[in-house]
Amino acid sequence: MRKLWKRLKENTASRGDPADRNGADGSILRLTYLVVAVFAAMIVYEGWFLAVRREDTINNSYNARLDSFAERVVRGRLEASDGTALAETIVGGDGGEVRRYPYGSLFAHAVGYSTMGRTGLEDLAQFYLLSSHVNLIEHTLRELMGEKNMGDTVVTTLDPVLQQTASDALGDRRGAVVALEPDTGKVLAMVSKPGFDPNTIAENWDSLVSPDNTSGQLLNRATQGLYPPGSTFKTVILLEYIREHPDDYDAFQFDCDGYYEEGEYTIQCYHGAAHGVQNLKQAFANSCNGAFAYLGSRLDPAKLADTARQLLFNSDMPVALPYTGSSYAMEADAQLWERLQTSIGQGRTQITPLHNALLAAAVANGGTLMKPFFIDHIENAGGDRIRDFRPSSYGSLMTAEEAAILTDMMTEVVANGTASAVKSELYTAAAKTGSAEFESGRDTHAWMIGFAPAEAPRLAVSVIVEEGGSGGSAAAPIARKIFDAYFSR
Amino acid sequence: MIDLSSFNHTVIQNILHVYVSWTRYLLFLIMAFYTYLNFRYFSVDERKRKKICGRQILLMLLLHLIAFSVICMNTLDTAVAAFYGMQVVFFLCFIYVYRALYPRASRLLVNNMCMLLCVGFLMLTRLSYDRAVRQFIIAAVSASVTWIIPVIIDRVRLLRKMTWFYGILGILLLGAVCLAGNTSFGAQLSLDIGIFSVQPSEFVKILYVLFIAGMLDRSTGFRHIAVTTAAAAVHVLILVLSRDLGSALIFFTAYLFMLYAATSDLRWMGAGVLSGSLAAAAAYRLFSHVRNRVLAWRDPWSDIDDKGYQITQSLFAIGTGSWFGLGLYEGMPRKIPVVEKDFIFAAVSEELGALFALCLLLICLGCFLQFVLIAGQLKDTFYKLTAFGLGTVYIVQVFLTVGGVIKFIPSTGVTLPLVSYGGSSILSTFILFSIIQGLYMMAGPEGAEGK
Repeated sequence: MRKLWKRLKENTASRGDPADRNGADGSILRLTYLVVAVFAAMIVYEGWFLAVRREDTINNSYNARLDSFAERVVRGRLEASDGTALAETIVGGDGGEVRRYPYGSLFAHAVGYSTMGRTGLEDLAQFYLLSSHVNLIEHTLRELMGEKNMGDTVVTTLDPVLQQTASDALGDRRGAVVALEPDTGKVLAMVSKPGFDPNTIAENWDSLVSPDNTSGQLLNRATQGLYPPGSTFKTVILLEYIREHPDDYDAFQFDCDGYYEEGEYTIQCYHGAAHGVQNLKQAFANSCNGAFAYLGSRLDPAKLADTARQLLFNSDMPVALPYTGSSYAMEADAQLWERLQTSIGQGRTQITPLHNALLAAAVANGGTLMKPFFIDHIENAGGDRIRDFRPSSYGSLMTAEEAAILTDMMTEVVANGTASAVKSELYTAAAKTGSAEFESGRDTHAWMIGFAPAEAPRLAVSVIVEEGGSGGSAAAPIARKIFDAYFSR
Repeated sequence: MIDLSSFNHTVIQNILHVYVSWTRYLLFLIMAFYTYLNFRYFSVDERKRKKICGRQILLMLLLHLIAFSVICMNTLDTAVAAFYGMQVVFFLCFIYVYRALYPRASRLLVNNMCMLLCVGFLMLTRLSYDRAVRQFIIAAVSASVTWIIPVIIDRVRLLRKMTWFYGILGILLLGAVCLAGNTSFGAQLSLDIGIFSVQPSEFVKILYVLFIAGMLDRSTGFRHIAVTTAAAAVHVLILVLSRDLGSALIFFTAYLFMLYAATSDLRWMGAGVLSGSLAAAAAYRLFSHVRNRVLAWRDPWSDIDDKGYQITQSLFAIGTGSWFGLGLYEGMPRKIPVVEKDFIFAAVSEELGALFALCLLLICLGCFLQFVLIAGQLKDTFYKLTAFGLGTVYIVQVFLTVGGVIKFIPSTGVTLPLVSYGGSSILSTFILFSIIQGLYMMAGPEGAEGK
């Protein structure tokens, strides 16, 4: 190669009479360098694509090639973090394969299914499950004998104890629970109710997708259910208020008589409760609608929209599973009624339980959001590690100071406010409840987001119970059971 | 009771599968060694060079043999075996007849042409036997027609005097396509002549290089350059109007490179890049097909069903094939629209591996470097610019097709010379290489002078 360059230079360096040669060879040489540099860049790009982007790219339902892998590989196991099987393929004596889900409906949405199309982790991990890293000799021998090789095992971050606790606590009510580690982004539990049994999905398919079925069992409410955030959105309003009043937010005061009137409109506190004179922390802890309607409607709508965008409303979220994007729809020139409603998490704002969990996790992690992930590592069928997935940061949603202030305020919600159900001697929790109206005449959706321990958070949760009533009475006790299960180990 | 026939069949299938999965490593090794020799060539003396070229022929035939053994085992068709035999005969005839006719021709270039054709033949046979046969016939005809070109280049000095003839003929041909051409994939590319469908732009490329070389050889004064630029711009504009963006880019870059080579004046280059950027921005605003190409490049995933379909299928192919490929017949290259033409590189990468495909790319780059070496050796500015211009036309085309296939740049729909399916492409590339061979002989034995 070096000699080639030398020759290129020699051949193109001006020889003979320089005046006659116009320096053409020098120019040609420079252009040749350019061409070689562009090709080098292209080759590096291709190498980067194959080394870094390859797996994410080809693990796509539009890539029919992956399905053909199944002809030579037995779909691998999906495992919980404790090593128990979430999904495994049983090969019968006649070579027939059945996909079994030992936990039944418990992990239905997170793990998904692979028979009637693919969802959840069955889809996300498709490439790994159908790749086989058994050793080369065994691989070749099996292929010679016409036997399939065993696909790799995908070890997830999901924790069966937390998942079971969350599922039991939610019971038969509709709703969703997400629990994750704020400092790593590991998702430990993801429950959506009502569920289904992936073992019998094929038999029950017709009734599940029937237009008469309004239960929406197949919908993963945690990632795809859009709900009004209700008072959990006061966290966002509070953050924006602190940003706009950095020096005197402590001095805020509001006298609540249960009904706040502005113009022709009235905003009512939950069940018309009068909170009396409230400072900012008390108003947040008691979830005083009057105080937040008052302070929220005076915020700069453009800046509030910016903050909402920063907190991943109307934006792509770093979530590998299919999700529905949360929406914040208030325009800068919105009328008073919409501004009042938006300030208490009603109006047109909508959020998914997973997104709300990420907001809690970001506050817990000093403002930095860790990308949520579900796959911890890949093993070959023999148990040797093939690949580890490391936590990675999405970036900062707020400053560490802001996160500290919010943590302090959220701790007060547990200590002296609406989330007293998660007050425990085992840990100090920080939380925000919500009771979101969605249709007049029906009970509110009950929300709670929070994390614990407040001083060094290890677990963040988001709970919603559809038509559960108040967040403090319906959602917080579920969060309590999850925290208890996690911190009593 | 065991059904023996089906038992045998499955055993054969299993053995074949293992054979295919092992041969892909072998094919890569042969290709890598060939590519290494391609560059090694430049650092040895004349005697060793002949040895290297001899080894390259053996490697090429070995690769050809192994690949066709897989193809034959898969198709179990005697016609394919016969087809293989005919290809071997073709390669041997081409190499040795050429050597007999032109003892002073570049053996390396002949070898590289054969290697590129060989990869094209085997990939096309795997994709579509009928097309492979047509490709083979066209290559054989091209080889037997274009052998005359080197001697014409070497002897007929009149060629350099026909400058305006090249320019006007080129513009007329491109204009005819623009007005009366058949539309394929949104672009007017071809004219029907009898039973043939011809893509004149493939041939105008060569006329155009001769035209520019002739013009810039006469003078590099401002007025002369202005006239040349105007004529070049007419070529490019007609191509843009025909929606043949790939060719337009090739013509534009070739002019820019040749102008800079002739003038060594960075201001011309700057002005060219600036006006090219402005024209690209204008084209982006004016033409929806330009916008579609750029959008499909920036984010093919959001429109994976339609505009992003081709490029995402290409990426699936390359990604699933990974470094060593899935092996012949183990992938799904036919999922990629027009895989035999513009996206042949993806098919090669999917089944023979990205490393194999990158070797192919390096061979193309090696051809270009040899063109440049020849340009450097020629004293006469006309021939020098011709050699460099043809090199530019060739390498820009390689860049556009490979870059488009791997999503390095937006896809422009051009072929990979000698590998992709397409009669005009094959014939014009044969002409291009033959002209270079003529120039190589004109330049005399490499390194003979000045030492």
